[in-house]
Amino acid sequence: MDSTEIGLWGVPLAMLGGAIRVSTPFIFVSLGEAITERSGRINLGLEGTLVFGAMTAYAVAVMTGSPWLGLLAAAAAGLCFGLFHGWICKFRGVNDIAIGIALMLFGSGLAFFFGKPFIQPSAPDLPAIPLGGWSDIPQVQAALNVNVLFLIGAALAVFLWWAFRNTRAGLILRVVGDSSDAARAMGLNPNTVRLLATGIGGALAGIGGAYLSLYYPGSWTEGISSGQGLMAVALVIFARWNPLGCFAAALLFGGAGALGPALQSVGVTQGYYLFYAAPYIFTLVIMIATSSPSRSLAGAPGELSITK
Amino acid sequence: MADTVSSAGAPAMFGAKSYPAALEWIARRAEAFVIPLAALIVGMALFSLFIALVGKSPVQLYETMWRGGFGSWFSIQNSLSRAAPLLLAALCVALPARLGLVVIGGEGAIVLGGVAAAAMGVATSGAPAFFVVLAMGVAGMAAGGIWIGAVGALRHYRAVNETISSLLMAYIAIALMNHLVEGPLRDPASLNKPSTEPLAEAYRIGNIPGMDVHWGLVVGVIACILSWLLIEKTRWGFAARIAGGNVRAAQVQGLAVGPLIVGFTALAGGFAGLAGMLEVAAVQGSANASLAAGYGYTGILVAFLARHNPLAIIPVAFLLGGIDASGGLIQRRMDLPDATVLVLQGMLFVVILLGETFYGRFKAFNPDLWQRPDLLKGLIS
Repeated sequence: MDSTEIGLWGVPLAMLGGAIRVSTPFIFVSLGEAITERSGRINLGLEGTLVFGAMTAYAVAVMTGSPWLGLLAAAAAGLCFGLFHGWICKFRGVNDIAIGIALMLFGSGLAFFFGKPFIQPSAPDLPAIPLGGWSDIPQVQAALNVNVLFLIGAALAVFLWWAFRNTRAGLILRVVGDSSDAARAMGLNPNTVRLLATGIGGALAGIGGAYLSLYYPGSWTEGISSGQGLMAVALVIFARWNPLGCFAAALLFGGAGALGPALQSVGVTQGYYLFYAAPYIFTLVIMIATSSPSRSLAGAPGELSITK
Repeated sequence: MADTVSSAGAPAMFGAKSYPAALEWIARRAEAFVIPLAALIVGMALFSLFIALVGKSPVQLYETMWRGGFGSWFSIQNSLSRAAPLLLAALCVALPARLGLVVIGGEGAIVLGGVAAAAMGVATSGAPAFFVVLAMGVAGMAAGGIWIGAVGALRHYRAVNETISSLLMAYIAIALMNHLVEGPLRDPASLNKPSTEPLAEAYRIGNIPGMDVHWGLVVGVIACILSWLLIEKTRWGFAARIAGGNVRAAQVQGLAVGPLIVGFTALAGGFAGLAGMLEVAAVQGSANASLAAGYGYTGILVAFLARHNPLAIIPVAFLLGGIDASGGLIQRRMDLPDATVLVLQGMLFVVILLGETFYGRFKAFNPDLWQRPDLLKGLIS
């Protein structure tokens, strides 16, 4: 038997590779959302930010020829969306969830508006590091061809996990998220902290979008994100606002998302669309399994409207 | 709620001269008209700025929009046709909203309602037309009702956030529709665009006499009126409004909040499913991917703009149906992308929500404050 013929082993291998590839945007969006939610606000608009980030990154990369400038532009655009959400939510009577829905539609609309001319041209990709060089099985090499952003995302998860516990900024964030009154008593302005937290969250979501258009799937189309931004928000709840949990959950979600293409690659075509629904079903099942009507969620920021 | 409690006799208690009751009545209700209207105008002004920034003429844009959506009998009929599904899709957001739930996955109920109705139409083929159309309507409502009712049930019995779960379920519904339409329910004759078997001509829903608008518009308007009556004039609606204000207070009062939430969300989903059935029976003739046309998402905006008041949904759906209808003309005449309409909708949505902060802040809308300027001080920030 030829060593490149790995038969059904291709499915778990393709899922591993897929998990690494698909999970990167989840990692960035969920880490961003974890920062935002730790401050006591929820930003559902990250779905729109992701799409707008994808468009911005692609457009800038096409025009300048540099994927890194595209990435930077996407982060800046995401920052603007996040700051806008954070600013608008400080007004009395303005609901952060509703504003998120509005920004989801607005971000996608703006991205489609400006993105029309960029559907055709091709942009340079973000570089990947071939970690699978030790193996001569092409499937293994393909699975371990890891993008730089995945590694940055992993490092960021560890850093945030450490920073939430051990830095002054992390403490301030958690205080504001747990009790606005306590924060005010400490002389902190909750609105300012939340503004910054939502802004940083938006910037990270923008980077997630850049990954979508500049690496995988690697082109700008209007259907580039179908709910990844939203699933990432659900994922943060599942991960109990813990950055390391976000990273693990993102890998899990990525694997679920890779199930459809993996099965297709070994010739399973029955129920094609149902496998594509796997990540949504998976997210929903996890939400049902981890929510409880009788007790509040462990680790939930006290000011978060979604868990009240 | 609050205004009816505090209205009686407050000025008289302080011995001040009283204003005509009619004036107070108007003032109290004016707020709900003036603020959204002002937000609409501000939103359109911002959009003008946006259009000017991308180098096009806002005047020409609004003129084109007027012509494409409202300027002639032809375009009005076009707008009304688009308003029909929007009415039902907006109810899918507005009814749960009265209970304090933000359900944004109406698109899923529309899609599944359409598929269920199409399957029912094929299954009952041969029966009298009245029976078939009725069965399709029931199937569509049942599919949508179960889908969104499940969102409500998950929310109440498992504390699963309804906003996220409903949108996830919309993606699942669209995948399910694609699976059914390309697999088990596919008409082998539909080559380029996989569809279910086409509905026989006799079972199609026709137009309102004298108009080029199908009966779905009438169904949608009736649904809005019935929903308004349900919320404002029945004990279930009263209970829902209490539960929407404070769930725990409602439970302490002995209200069965669970059945109330499941019932309202199921009815809301049923309306969205009916929208899908109408798309199949009156527009498409079969179920296919065109069912996911985004009515569910525009419906969210309609409901928020109408402040979840079913009667206000009627004019707002017409307005947004018109904006939707003018999209094609804007694209052709002004060489702007078709997403122009989406940008306008997004801007309007943000400004409308920002407008929420102005409720209760204007003395003109609050007769209790006309005599008591001291009460106002804390309100203006």
